[in-house]
Amino acid sequence: MKVLEGLYYSKEHEWVRVEGNKAYIGITDFATHSLGDIVYVELPELDAELAKNDVLGVVESVKAASDVYTPVSGVVVEVNEALADQPELLNEDPYTNYLAVLELTNESELEELMNSTEYEAFCENQ
Amino acid sequence: MRNYDKLIFELSRPGRRGYSLPPLDVEMEDINNLIPENLQRKTDNRLPEVSENDIMRHYVNISNKNYGVDTGFYPLGSCTMKYNPKINEDMATFFQTLHPLQDENTVQGALKLMYELSEFLAEITGMAKVSLTPFAGAHGELAGMMIMKAYHEKHKDFKRTKVIVPDSAHGTNPASAAIAGFDIVEIKSNEDGTVNLEALKAALNDEIAGIMLTNPNTLGIFEKDILEITRLVHEAGGLLYYDGANLNAIMGEVRPGDMGFDIIHLNLHKTFSTPHGGGGPGSGPVGVRKHLVEFLPKPHIEFKDNKYILNCDCPDSIGRLGNFYGNFGVLVRAYTYILTMGKVGLKHASRMAVLNANYLETKLKDDYLLAIDGICKHECVFSGLNDKSTGVTALDVAKGLLEFGYHAPTIYFPLIVDQAIMIEPTETESLETLNEFVSIMKKIAQIAKEDPEYLKHAPYSTPVRRLDEAKAARNPILKYEEPHE
Repeated sequence: MKVLEGLYYSKEHEWVRVEGNKAYIGITDFATHSLGDIVYVELPELDAELAKNDVLGVVESVKAASDVYTPVSGVVVEVNEALADQPELLNEDPYTNYLAVLELTNESELEELMNSTEYEAFCENQ
Repeated sequence: MRNYDKLIFELSRPGRRGYSLPPLDVEMEDINNLIPENLQRKTDNRLPEVSENDIMRHYVNISNKNYGVDTGFYPLGSCTMKYNPKINEDMATFFQTLHPLQDENTVQGALKLMYELSEFLAEITGMAKVSLTPFAGAHGELAGMMIMKAYHEKHKDFKRTKVIVPDSAHGTNPASAAIAGFDIVEIKSNEDGTVNLEALKAALNDEIAGIMLTNPNTLGIFEKDILEITRLVHEAGGLLYYDGANLNAIMGEVRPGDMGFDIIHLNLHKTFSTPHGGGGPGSGPVGVRKHLVEFLPKPHIEFKDNKYILNCDCPDSIGRLGNFYGNFGVLVRAYTYILTMGKVGLKHASRMAVLNANYLETKLKDDYLLAIDGICKHECVFSGLNDKSTGVTALDVAKGLLEFGYHAPTIYFPLIVDQAIMIEPTETESLETLNEFVSIMKKIAQIAKEDPEYLKHAPYSTPVRRLDEAKAARNPILKYEEPHE
């Protein structure tokens, strides 16, 4: 299982990469492995204002459909439209292929997330 | 003929027929005098042109690839794949010539059957009245949710826009509530899939319209706090909806109405033995307690002045759910099943279903990891193999079962169990069948240790092997494309 350093992680297996006041959000390698082949991705609407733990999107695999929750609050400024036609990109490289980019509205929420070492330990107990 | 894989379109040859008609003995009429031009088909309808022999062989050959309850053991969890006694089919043939548009005076027998069936189901579930209209389980759920909504709206309680669904629920529950216009509040379950009372209390408020529950739950565990749960929800002003998917575990023993549920749907195609598994036809009657009868779908079947009638004058009804009165053929089979089993037989059926599930649980738990250690109801759930070192997944076990001639159990559901393998044997299987299944499951566990690669590539001798499910979901081809000449 791959975990990248320098990202923030949630217990629901989302990752957050922060650049300035922007947060790139995706799902982890652990998540894509437990989901299996992903066949459909639903993305949020641009300009949507999301609070922490709101539904950011839906990821559907051959096994199940799962909601993806945003680990941080913010306004959607970009979505990864390539996923609409090529959902398999999430299986191929979950850390490059983010779902959406949020403009952070409450940076302190990042402190509640895990770092890569903590997340690795968390996954081992799953 | 295992490798037969033709489509009937591929058998088609121009001009080939399965019939011959005598010469026309009436005068030809110009089609334009019969059908307005804008309604006439402009292109060929491309029906396959085949002989009777072609059709017979085609369908016999593809049916031979099928696997059903009449072929062998079918332990598909949550689906209650019990045997459908053939007397049910016999009875259904009596009604074949009826037409749903016939005058009700000429179909009194059919109406009597429906009326009595709904009375039987009301008695079995502890409800006041049951509507037979919904065409399948999820349709029954939707009807139930619409009734919940109509009830609160009638009481001008417009704030109640949310429905609680535990995270162990069948996926159709939140879907049905959402289609009925509710927002979903998901609550975390206890480890055994039962309702977490603290989570429930925290979620209850004056915006909650009700809760959808399956009891026994999807892990086959009976909610021992059910009376407390129904009390809490009622005190908060909500209604309780009972998903009848697992009724086979408790039929004749305990009634959802007595537990305090207000609305229920049943799956006649599961609990009451009518055939299913090929995508239908289903039947999902919806039942309610006294305070909700007025909201049931219309028409209501009633007995008045010595006559059965279809009453459409029900102003508070949620309306019609479809044309006519449900999947009538399924109703005849369920009615026959209930009459042939009788009160004692129905109770015995659910006892045997529970016994069979516990037998399998006990026999398999040395090789497969029990999700919940303890007595189960009508189905048992494992979390993959005990030995996690082999890398063999629930999917590989299921594919191995196919290789050994069995239908696979339900896998990867419920979602709250990792590597879930959900086995529901039903009451209609003998000890010998269960023992054979146990020995095959043990053999698979043994192969997982000795030769995991064998299971990774199974099945080998089925008509098709591992399908590319991802490709099928990403690029489905849903209709026949004629090859380009």
